[in-house]
Amino acid sequence: MMSHLLSCMIWLPVLGAIMCLIASTADNPLYPRAIAVITAILGVLLCIPLYTHFDFHSGNMQFLENAHWIPAYNINYNLGVDGLSAPLIMLTSLTTLIVVLAACSSIHKKVGQYMAAFLVMQTMVIGVFSSLDAILFYVFWEGMLIPMYLSIGIWGGEKRGYASIKFFLYTFFGSALMLAVLLYLGLASNSFMIKDFYALHMTMPVQIWVFIGFLLAFMVKVPMWPTHTWLPDAHTEAPAGGSVVLAALMLKLGTYGFLRFSLPIVPDASNKLASFMIALSIISIIYIALVAIVQKDMKRLIAYSSIAHMAFVTLASFAIYFIMRNANDFSLAMLALQGAMVQMIAHAFSSGAMFVGSGILFDRLHTHAMKKFGGVAFKMPIFSAFFMLFALSNVGLPGTSGFVGEFMILLSLFKANLGVLMLAALAVILSAAYTLWMYRQVFFGKMNPDLETVKDVNLIEGINLCILGLMVIGIGVYPQFLLKMFDATAANLLHLSLATKL
Amino acid sequence: MTYALYILLFPLFAGSLVGIFGKPLRALPSQLLTTLGVAISFILSAILFYQFIFLNHAPINQVLYSWAVADQLHLNIGFMIDRLSVMMALVVTFVSLLVHIYSFGYMYDDPSKQRFFSYISLFTFMMLALIFANNFLLLFFGWEGVGLMSYLLIGFWFQKDSANAASMKAFLVNRIADFLFLVGIAGVFAYTHSLEFSQAFIAAPSLAQTSITLFGHPASVLTVLCLLIFCGAMGKSAQMPLHVWLPESMEGPTPISALIHAATMVTAGIYLVARLSPMYQLSPTALSVVMIIGATSALFMGILGLVQTDIKRVVAYSTLSQLGYMMAGAGASAYAASIFHLFTHACFKALLFLAAGSVIIALHHEQDMRKMGGLARKLPITYITFLCGALALIALPPTSGFYSKDSIIDAVQQLNAVGSSYTYWCLTLGVFITALYTFRCFFLVFHTPTRVDDPAHVHETSSTMWIPLIILAIPSLALGYLLFKPLIIDSPSWFGNSIVANHAALQTAAAMALDSLSHLPFWLMLAGVFTAWLCYVRFPKLPTWFATRLSLIYIVLVDKYGFDRLNDFVFVKGTRKLSQFFFAIVDVKVIDEGAVHGSGKLIAYLSQWARKLQSGYLYQYVLVMILGLLVLLFWQI
Repeated sequence: MMSHLLSCMIWLPVLGAIMCLIASTADNPLYPRAIAVITAILGVLLCIPLYTHFDFHSGNMQFLENAHWIPAYNINYNLGVDGLSAPLIMLTSLTTLIVVLAACSSIHKKVGQYMAAFLVMQTMVIGVFSSLDAILFYVFWEGMLIPMYLSIGIWGGEKRGYASIKFFLYTFFGSALMLAVLLYLGLASNSFMIKDFYALHMTMPVQIWVFIGFLLAFMVKVPMWPTHTWLPDAHTEAPAGGSVVLAALMLKLGTYGFLRFSLPIVPDASNKLASFMIALSIISIIYIALVAIVQKDMKRLIAYSSIAHMAFVTLASFAIYFIMRNANDFSLAMLALQGAMVQMIAHAFSSGAMFVGSGILFDRLHTHAMKKFGGVAFKMPIFSAFFMLFALSNVGLPGTSGFVGEFMILLSLFKANLGVLMLAALAVILSAAYTLWMYRQVFFGKMNPDLETVKDVNLIEGINLCILGLMVIGIGVYPQFLLKMFDATAANLLHLSLATKL
Repeated sequence: MTYALYILLFPLFAGSLVGIFGKPLRALPSQLLTTLGVAISFILSAILFYQFIFLNHAPINQVLYSWAVADQLHLNIGFMIDRLSVMMALVVTFVSLLVHIYSFGYMYDDPSKQRFFSYISLFTFMMLALIFANNFLLLFFGWEGVGLMSYLLIGFWFQKDSANAASMKAFLVNRIADFLFLVGIAGVFAYTHSLEFSQAFIAAPSLAQTSITLFGHPASVLTVLCLLIFCGAMGKSAQMPLHVWLPESMEGPTPISALIHAATMVTAGIYLVARLSPMYQLSPTALSVVMIIGATSALFMGILGLVQTDIKRVVAYSTLSQLGYMMAGAGASAYAASIFHLFTHACFKALLFLAAGSVIIALHHEQDMRKMGGLARKLPITYITFLCGALALIALPPTSGFYSKDSIIDAVQQLNAVGSSYTYWCLTLGVFITALYTFRCFFLVFHTPTRVDDPAHVHETSSTMWIPLIILAIPSLALGYLLFKPLIIDSPSWFGNSIVANHAALQTAAAMALDSLSHLPFWLMLAGVFTAWLCYVRFPKLPTWFATRLSLIYIVLVDKYGFDRLNDFVFVKGTRKLSQFFFAIVDVKVIDEGAVHGSGKLIAYLSQWARKLQSGYLYQYVLVMILGLLVLLFWQI
């Protein structure tokens, strides 16, 4: 099985999804629920061999699979993972489990279809992370939009039509240019293997064009300022599961793209445009955090906070050039890059977890408006305690997952550029301001009369919160178990990203 | 090493257990469990204290585990167990234990006792983590952890909006400080490639020689780092202008004010500067800044204590002022005296807060001194113990406060550095102010004709509350006399080489007490007490007379120098305005309506135009085809 582990992880959920759809013809929603939960649990179990059989000392691709697909154009079904993608795949499986569990108590309409959509989503996301072939990557990348679009369009809120179209157009617009770039690179290197792209030598103007093509695709996904306005709308209208997947997985695709494509394929352009990218990241960190402060809708606030946190990943990805330029310190650059990787994972357990929380609240009060809450802590003490933990992770308190990446990134920046460090560190204040403000409005204060009949979390919700809570504390207290996966890959990636290809 | 680990783990374990299973565990077992956890920590701390101070154990500086590794860089969690941390741990667990016991009585009728006890146990854990850290990472964990517990405890009664506002303010002001602290830590890391204190100490001399350019000016790296780290200390130890959160933190239950906002957490900043004394000692600029800010806080925060009417706020402003003394002492390189004052202050200020809490409970949660008075007979134990605390606070020889505070003033007097004479005068005048506000409060509460609504029902509080008072009263009086020789005179002192030693005083405790009679601070202190008696007992109309005559000064004082007003205007309102602009104008109008919908409209417009091409008329299509063919033909030719 080890030789086809990745294929198992990709296609198992599709099998589950088909069974869910078949089972959904019965009136009893129990069957699709059970099938989905079992599939998701199997998905998580498959992560165990992925971790135990992973060679931590190798920065190369592992668990390789290769099959012909379109031999005429040299396009192959090529799979493999390294220290960057393997943790993201594990994150995908875990997130799907959480989404499926959350759906068990919150979705009553078209249960089978809902479960199937998110299982297919799991397939697509794992496919993106494990593709070594650019065309295969692109197929999964676009394929992912369909279940997401459906989930917003069918199970979404009042303005779901607007939000789903905006989401689709924004992200599709970016991807179209990426396809052009991938085709160009494929023709130039006579292969669609991503690792063959790494060996290409290009002049600076060509590199810049390639960089821009990738940039538009990835910056929409992250999203970076100013292409971020689709995300708050998509989040507000999406069902809880959709929001969790958006925050925990979909945004990671953008930063994954930067690390997998932009930096190693066009290192010179990345180096040249590093200042520009860092400026955009800093704007995202400060501007978006400020915008978050004045939000009145809980989900919108979390969405903005999510953008601000993801900006740390793009900041660190491009800060490596500043670090090498001004401090010439490979170790600090490694620290920044690993910080970015941790931040990608950790972000899922702060933003993602808060979206799970807002879903739980929505099931009870059917609103996201913060002024409709107040005093939730009286009625739901267990839930409030968990949400506090997630909020603290969002604030970046040491001992939680949110601290690790930001701390590593900030540590690496002092010599690279003190101004950038100071501006990025402002997030420490701003994230506390909007997160605590939200917590205060929702959980503290006088109790809203609507809450009178509300009950605390049920068993399934409790299990879900426990999984998330354990991850938040686990990563915060001992991040090394993640970092040891990143280490060799980060070194490999850094060498590629620093070598000139002119 | 294992002892230290257990000292941390017991409160953590008890606190988490009660936090998670508090409901099914019920109130009393939860309270006993957490108290037991802290009691074990206290006993273990006492054993460690004995081993390190009397058996001369060598300091332990050990890595516990690798938190994160990137390339050659190791971010480790580790412990530093030496004389300084052991003494601090003893003080923290001692006060924490007493506060646990006291809270049995204070929180008697509160429905969420479990949550309260869980919080204070977890607080103790965080504080101990901060103390035992051998590196900035664990220190920062404890640092933020105590801040979190402080936030949760100030907002303990979360149905109260004022409590929620106060807790958020406390967290945010501390975060502003931590933002610069974090930059400082990044700086230390950038230059030493390590977060461990010992590495920073080794690198300190060379960093003092290295210079970086800031805003176009060259500056010594060490000074910059020390100042950045000091910003963190200013937040936690509530030094001006970051003091604004501490008075409002009084919204929390009173035992918290004693434990967190007097004895332990707020002194973390002083501990930090003392812990990093090998760095600070090499940067005279940083030391002067520390000293001047400390002195300013000592005097000007004390003055604010004069116009407060809430008994807890008086004690809170007094804490601000005493923290200023400690900070000034540290800035004057008198780290030993500063930590000495930290110890004595922990005892007498915890005592004052708990005694104030006893008054508040006896009066059914009344905190306004204008509604007190004449309580000496009603609350005899509280009265006596409060008096002990007050005498120690005003530094009457030979109470504990006298030895520690005079050691600081002596050290400043003998110093010849930038700002040392300013500091000396601030601290000396501060003695007068301290005596004045302390005895103003004392007279208003315990003497003067009673203004209590229902005097007949006032009686002494329960034994779990007054026993801790008596236990704290003893060290408040005697600790100074006992510790003066081993901490200040002896060489090497009990601190060993855990901090930079600086021998200022060279006389015995008894001689020091006698000698003080000829010193200015002593007479200023007496003058302060006398003035308080004159104004509040003998001629109670005097204060109002002053307030009307000097109305301008009075208004400035009541307005707390306008810090809150300024913060509210600039930071709170300013930030919201800016945020609103970004959201409503840039996000919604420019990006969404302008760019996104605009491009949508553009495409719609273009499609309208393009649609005309698809008219459906066959003759038009044929015409275009023929034209195309013609063009192609001519092209070929």
